[in-house]
Amino acid sequence: MSTTPTRLALALGGRLEPRPRAVRRRGGVAWRVLPPLVFGVALLLVWQAYVAVSGVREGIVPSPVEVAHALLRDRGVLLSSAGTTLSEILLGYGVAVLVGVALAVAVSSSRVIGRAIYPWLVVSQMVPIPAIAPVVVLWTGFDIRPKLIVIALVTFFPITVNAIDGLRATDPELVGLLRTLGAGRRDILRIARLPSALPYVFSGLRVAAAFAVLGAVFAEWAGASSGLGYLILTYNSQALTADVFAVVVVLAVIGVAMFAAVGIIERVTVPWWQLDAE
Amino acid sequence: MKLAAVGLAKRFADGVEALADVSIELAPGEFVSIVGPSGCGKSTLLAVLAGLIEPTAGEVLLDGAPPAGGLLGRIGLMPQRDLLMEWRTTVANAALGLELAGVGRLQARERALAEMGRFGLSGFENRRPSALSGGMRQRTALLRTFLAGRDVLLLDEPFAALDALTREAMREWLLGVWESDRKTILFVTHDVEEAVFLSDRVYVMSARPGTIRTAIDVGLPRPRALEVSATPAFAELKERLLAPLREDARAALGAA
Repeated sequence: MSTTPTRLALALGGRLEPRPRAVRRRGGVAWRVLPPLVFGVALLLVWQAYVAVSGVREGIVPSPVEVAHALLRDRGVLLSSAGTTLSEILLGYGVAVLVGVALAVAVSSSRVIGRAIYPWLVVSQMVPIPAIAPVVVLWTGFDIRPKLIVIALVTFFPITVNAIDGLRATDPELVGLLRTLGAGRRDILRIARLPSALPYVFSGLRVAAAFAVLGAVFAEWAGASSGLGYLILTYNSQALTADVFAVVVVLAVIGVAMFAAVGIIERVTVPWWQLDAE
Repeated sequence: MKLAAVGLAKRFADGVEALADVSIELAPGEFVSIVGPSGCGKSTLLAVLAGLIEPTAGEVLLDGAPPAGGLLGRIGLMPQRDLLMEWRTTVANAALGLELAGVGRLQARERALAEMGRFGLSGFENRRPSALSGGMRQRTALLRTFLAGRDVLLLDEPFAALDALTREAMREWLLGVWESDRKTILFVTHDVEEAVFLSDRVYVMSARPGTIRTAIDVGLPRPRALEVSATPAFAELKERLLAPLREDARAALGAA
């Protein structure tokens, strides 16, 4: 059956397009999707069986089925909260990307600036975010600003560190060649260093995407009147454990979606990197 | 003289003496080669001539005088590795020098496109470097160097990584390009036959620290075809160049 479309295309005088790499690879999509899917389902079955056999109360450990019920029951508030949290994440993440890359360019632009800033970047990661989040709220108020700051604080670090590595990884011979062609520092940054750094930046972006979800929850715990983090607090205080799990499921979906989106953007922006990786 | 190096020496910070008293001369439009064993400081010499590193002693004269404002950017360099950027298409890689010279992006592209045929790159204008063969990659790198518009070009073993047949074809092709453009070329190689076939004059370098051992004028008539390598005159020139190189190689083995 799978040959029908190509035969049709040929019969119509069409051209055979080379098949995309991803599909041609061992077993194709099924090979990539099936193992995690099977493993996930198995986990859920074990969990369900445990709840059924042990007779543990729903308020302590809800079964997957109960979580699914909660997802359905709360879908309205879950969706609207997800909207709030997602917009916080995207904005905070955006700030982190801009600040992170700018910091990386600054650090790698001169040895003195690099030496001055780099240790403090590391120190910034020693700050316990859940502890500092309420203080940020104190400074800025209950609007979206503290959320942006906290999310950016959690996510900029992997972006910056990876971007610094990437900028430093630029082939020194290429830089020499560009200099013989009359390139100045800005030209070298634009033509060679930033493109060389891109694959590294994307590694950082992927890590940061996962962190962003955590950051949003922390920020909302410190002070919010809506959002998924806020929803967890409310459900927790009423011992609605299944509903808390439902929120976690939504948060996980957001995290995975962010991760995947970064991967797709990477494939479009840095197509040469995939060639190298094969 | 178009380009002259006078008593160049280079000692690196770690104490390695790469060059000692190297003097060479290139007349305008001349094709000159340097042959020498690997590690004889050929690449260091080119980096000094291109203005990328400062010599410890000696000077480089361009058109008879040290260039005002330094050497950097005055002489074209084609490094050993092609250094094509995977994030640029063939034509964009070739147009790099023009772009950096301030030519508008579109116009730079046009001028690069106009040369694609002569450099054997037709049909690959918009491909990424990874889609090109080794020979095509080198021709793209050469085109990038040619288009940058410098009168003097330094080519660092451009054909070393190619297979024998491609290498021969590239030599003949390069001579054709040179004969129509008449740039002044300094060509570095470790292949004596390649040096004789291409050059008006060949310098032989010895290793550690790099010095010029001999200079031999190649009187073979031009234009040359690959068949010239079968002539007795060619064989004799090759022998004269190989003799000092062999001596060095034996000495190096004896010393080890």
